[in-house]
Amino acid sequence: MKLLPLLLSAFAASTSAKTVHQERSLYQNISVVEQNGRRCLVFAAVRGDQNQTCQYLDHSQKLVFPYVRMVLAGLLVNPEPQKILMVGLGGGSVPTVLRRLYPDASIDIVEIDPAVEKVAKTYFGFEEDPKMQVKVSDARVFIKRAQLQKAQYDLVILDAFNGDYIPEHLMTQEFLQETRTLLGKSGVLVANTFSTSKLYDHESATYRQVFGPFFNFKMENTQNRVVIATAAPLPSEATLQQRAAALAERLAPFGVAIEEYPPALSTATDWDTGARILTDQYSPANLLQRQE
Amino acid sequence: MEETITSTRPVASAKPTLVFALAFTSGFSIMAVELLGGRILAPYFGSSIYVWGSIITVFMVALSLGYLIGGRLSLHRPSFGRYSLFYALSALALLPIVLFGEAIMAAVFLKVTDPRYGSLLAATALFLLPTILLGMIAPYSVRLLVQHQQHSGQVAGFLYFISTLGSALGTLATSFYLVLWFEVDTIMLTLVAMLLLGALAAFAGHLRFKRVLS
Repeated sequence: MKLLPLLLSAFAASTSAKTVHQERSLYQNISVVEQNGRRCLVFAAVRGDQNQTCQYLDHSQKLVFPYVRMVLAGLLVNPEPQKILMVGLGGGSVPTVLRRLYPDASIDIVEIDPAVEKVAKTYFGFEEDPKMQVKVSDARVFIKRAQLQKAQYDLVILDAFNGDYIPEHLMTQEFLQETRTLLGKSGVLVANTFSTSKLYDHESATYRQVFGPFFNFKMENTQNRVVIATAAPLPSEATLQQRAAALAERLAPFGVAIEEYPPALSTATDWDTGARILTDQYSPANLLQRQE
Repeated sequence: MEETITSTRPVASAKPTLVFALAFTSGFSIMAVELLGGRILAPYFGSSIYVWGSIITVFMVALSLGYLIGGRLSLHRPSFGRYSLFYALSALALLPIVLFGEAIMAAVFLKVTDPRYGSLLAATALFLLPTILLGMIAPYSVRLLVQHQQHSGQVAGFLYFISTLGSALGTLATSFYLVLWFEVDTIMLTLVAMLLLGALAAFAGHLRFKRVLS
């Protein structure tokens, strides 16, 4: 009896996608679409699967997409980050969660597209505060400057790739080396990236070259994978499980079942190890992504 | 009379063929270098729209200066010898991009914090000179081929056709295939070698067509 109205309302919602906002920015087509009880940020809607961030309209704090939740697996490596760098703002759901989890952390956010910042603020409730500021910049430039200033981060989240176009200079050996120098002894890099096409082999080989063994985190039914890499040795699975248990309660409101993550964090080499490493000299990521 | 006609005929068709081939090569090189420019600047200045703005600006300014200088130089005793020199010099002017590119960009990056002006300055330092030299080739090619005033427009038109076609192919080959197969430096050094071959070919032309021009 309870189920029927719920089903009906879900059906009604799914039939009417409402476009709340649409604009063409310097870098992409941005739209904000409401459907199925959630509001989504959509980049370059040529294909149907370009949702970048979604938010439930009922103000639930739950993160809609598995790959966004997966990014928080980085907390298993460093559970109390105080300096955080987020590359790629999207709808701002990850920084918003991080701010709730760590009210005192300083969070630098780098976003190349000023229009994305505006949309995140207007339609997704993203708010800056004195210790959480968006810097409109190319991430490579920001990281090179941060390196000059000897900045250190406990957590660096790289979420700059959407399916249509990959910034190729953010995938090279040199870029990863620069990013690696920003990680202190306990710092962790979390990259939300691809799991399909030839690019997987090249990208994996490049991460391996720079970081040595890293956690390759994949879950069923997602096209993404999350790379978790550190400058220091990786923690053991027992440590990961302890931390997951300690974090579980804090992460539950966001829909993150962190205790399921440790067994899925794999260090296995499941790519073609002969794949050519991506460098500033050789980085045809967008071409490689089109090759199966 | 009879004899001079038969002896100049092969020369008359070999000369334009050589100039067209050379103009094609320079057109190809200009756009290949321009596309690689985006690759070269990205690690220091990103790949935002203003980085492309800087690159295109520098190339347009360089080409316009090259056209001006090349046209000017064609006034005074035009020769394949000098034409050959343009190719050799532009090849050499590309070498610093490979040899000192990193050092130059690192220095600019330290001095200029705004990536717009940083990329503009770096693009100027790296690409202005070679592109001026490559730009000089176009008007000079026209001068080498024009015999009669009434044909000058047709000759110029056909040369633009050939060299712009070269540019189109240089763009396509570089962005579709070359960056997938080779490193940026390898492609750049291949262009250097190609232009040096062009210089040799032009010099061969110099030895062969000396009499015809004077």
